[in-house]
Amino acid sequence: MARPNPSATGEAAVRARPAGLQVAATARRVAGRLPLHLSVIGLAAIWSIPTIALLISSFRDPGLVVTSGWWNAIRDPFSFTLDNYEIVLDQQGMARSFVNSLIITIPSTFLTILVAAFAAYAFAWMRFPLRNMLFLIVVALLVVPLQMTLIPVLKLYVELNNRFGFLDNEVPLLGGRWFGTNSYAGIWVAHTAYGLPFAVYLLRNFFGGLPRDLFESAYLDGASDFKVFTRIVIPLSMPALAALAIFQFLWVWNDLLVALIFLGDPDRAPMTLTITNLVSSFGTSYQLLTAAAFISMALPLLVFFALQRYFVQGILAGSVKG
Amino acid sequence: MAGVTFDKVTKRFDSGLPAVNDFNLVVPDKEFLVLVGPSGSGKSTALRLLAGLEEISEGRIFIGDRLVNNVPPKDRDIAMVFQSYALYPHMTVYDNMAFGLTLRKVPKEEIRKRVEEAARTLGIEGLLKRKPRALSGGQRQRVALGRAIVRDPAVFLFDEPLSNLDAKLRVQTRAEISKLHFRLGTTFIYVTHDQVEAMTMATRIVVMNQGTIQQVGTPQEIYDRPRNLFVAGFIGSPAMNFFEGAVVRDEAGLAIDLESFKLPVPTEKERQLAPYIGKKVTLGIRPENVHSADFTPMDIRGFKVEAEVEVTESLGSEEILYLSRDGKQFLARVDPRTDARPGQKVQVAIDTERLHTFDPESGESIGLPAAEERSEREAEAASL
Repeated sequence: MARPNPSATGEAAVRARPAGLQVAATARRVAGRLPLHLSVIGLAAIWSIPTIALLISSFRDPGLVVTSGWWNAIRDPFSFTLDNYEIVLDQQGMARSFVNSLIITIPSTFLTILVAAFAAYAFAWMRFPLRNMLFLIVVALLVVPLQMTLIPVLKLYVELNNRFGFLDNEVPLLGGRWFGTNSYAGIWVAHTAYGLPFAVYLLRNFFGGLPRDLFESAYLDGASDFKVFTRIVIPLSMPALAALAIFQFLWVWNDLLVALIFLGDPDRAPMTLTITNLVSSFGTSYQLLTAAAFISMALPLLVFFALQRYFVQGILAGSVKG
Repeated sequence: MAGVTFDKVTKRFDSGLPAVNDFNLVVPDKEFLVLVGPSGSGKSTALRLLAGLEEISEGRIFIGDRLVNNVPPKDRDIAMVFQSYALYPHMTVYDNMAFGLTLRKVPKEEIRKRVEEAARTLGIEGLLKRKPRALSGGQRQRVALGRAIVRDPAVFLFDEPLSNLDAKLRVQTRAEISKLHFRLGTTFIYVTHDQVEAMTMATRIVVMNQGTIQQVGTPQEIYDRPRNLFVAGFIGSPAMNFFEGAVVRDEAGLAIDLESFKLPVPTEKERQLAPYIGKKVTLGIRPENVHSADFTPMDIRGFKVEAEVEVTESLGSEEILYLSRDGKQFLARVDPRTDARPGQKVQVAIDTERLHTFDPESGESIGLPAAEERSEREAEAASL
C-alpha cells in the first residue's frame, strides 16, 4: 500500500514499546538469576570432579598414575591407553563379574516390583481383615537395619540346605546351587525381601491415589481384581513403577554387604565384590582400580540418563500427586 | 430389561448412623426414576447398593426377579455412568467403550459393530481414536454414556452425570438423556441433587432426606402435593414461602391468622382444616402463586395484601420480589411488567387455591391421604 495506514502504524508503535521493555525485563531476570546459576554450576562441577578423575586415571599409563596427578593428563591428551581395561576385564575377572552383577540385579529388581505391586494393590484396594495393621507392620520394617537380619537369614538358609539336600544340586547354565548361600536364587530372595518394605510403601501410596471411580467402573464392566490390576493399575502406574525399578536396580547393583554374605564364591561374585578383592590384592595399582570402578559405574549412569525423566517424576509420584 | 425392587433395605456404615434406612421402592421396567435430595441424603448410597459397590446391611434388592444381594457388580447386568465419567485415561475412546465387552469375551466383530453404533447414536464417531484427555467435558460425558450403552444392560444407573458440565451443556445433555431413555426403552435410575434435572427428566421422582424416602411420585404430583415440609421446601425454585399461623373461624368461614393479616381458607380445604381450629399450622405458598395485584391472571381469585419491596431480581421473563410485611419475609414471582422498586409498597394477590398446609409438629401435609393409605396404594400400583 502506498499510503501508510495510520491506525496500523499506531498499533505497531504500541506493540514495539512493550517489546523493547520485554527485552530489558528478560535481561534483568537473567542477570538476577546469574549468581544462582553460577553457584549451581559450580556445585555440580565440584561434585563431578572425583568421577572425572576416576575416568581419566583409568585411561592413563600405570607409570604416569604413580608419578603425576590426573590433571596432568590434560597436557598430553594422546597418551591414553586401554590396557587397564583389558587387564581388569580379562585377567581379573571383571567381565564375568559384570555378567554376575546383571544376573543378580535384574531378577532382584523384577521380583521386588512384581511382589510389591501385588501387595500394594491389595493394601490399597482390597478389603480384608487387619489390612491397616499389616500395612503398618510392613512400613515399620523400614526401620529395621539390614545388618540385624544377616545372621538369622544365613542360619535359615543353612538350615534349609541341611533339611533339603536337593537344594545343593548344581543349577545348569547359571551355575551355583539351587538355593541357599552361594546360589543366585538365594540372593534374589534376600534382595527382594530387603527391598519390599519401601517398594510396597511407595506403590501403595501411588495406587491409593488413583481415583476410586476407575476401579468401580472396571468392576461394573466385568473386570476381576486381577484384570483391574493388569489392565488399569499397571498401565496407569508406569511412572511409579519405573522410579521404583531405578531405585531397586541401583541399590542391588551397588550392594556389597549382601553379596559378601550370601555369595562368597568368586565365580558368582558381582563387581562390587571383585573390586573389593582387587583393592586388597592391588592396593597400589590405581589404574586397575579406577578402570574396574568405572566399569561398575557405567551401567547405572546409563540407566540414570536414559530414565532420568521417570526418576524425578517418580520420586514425587507417591507424595505430591494425590 | 428389568425392573428393580428395594425391600426394606438399610445400609449402615462403620460410623453407625444409617446412610439408607428402611428403603422400600418398586421401579417398574422402562421407568426413568430420579432419586433427588440434598447431599448426605443417601441417594448415591442407594444407587451404589443397587450397583453392588456397597454391601447391604439389611433387606433385599431384586433386579427383575433375581435377588442380587450376593451377586457381584459385574454379574448384575447393570451399567453405571459416574459423575467423574471414570474413563480409563490410558485407553482410546474405542477401547474405553469396548473394555466391558472384551472382558465378557464378545467376538471382535460384534464389539466393533456395537461400539460404532453407539458412537453414531451419540455423535462421537470421529473421536474413537482419541484418548480421554484430548476430549472436552461434554465429549467425555458422551463416551461414558456410550460405554454404558454398548453393554446393553437391564438397568442404567447414573450418579450425578451432569454435575461437571457447564450450564448450557447440562441443559442440552439433559434432553439427550431423555431421548436416549425413550429410544432404548430400558430402566434408568438417576441420582441428582438438582431438582430441575429431576423435574425435567423423571417419569417418577423419589425425594430423599437423611437416608429415608420422603415422597415418591410423578414430578407434577411432587410439585402440586408435597407430602411434607421437606419436600415442599426442596422442590420448586425459588423455594416455597412458609408462615406460622393459627386456624380460626370467623364470619366468612375458616381463616388462617398470620398475626399481620388473616388469610381466608378456600371452602374445599375447610373440611381438612376443621380439626385444627384453634391450633397452629404451617402455611406454605409458592412464590409463583403470589401475583402482582395489577397482573393477576383472570381466573385467579387472589387475596390482596400490601407488602414492602426489599429487593427485586429481574429475570427477563419474570421478576422475583423479596417482600416483607410486619417483619415476615417472603418471595413472589411476578409478571415482569410489575413496577416495583426497593422501598416501595406493592399490592400482591395470594392465590389461596394453591395453599399448602402442614402440621407444624410432624411436618406432614394436612389433607393428603394418610401415610398408611398411601403405602397401600403404592403397593397396589407396584403389583400391577
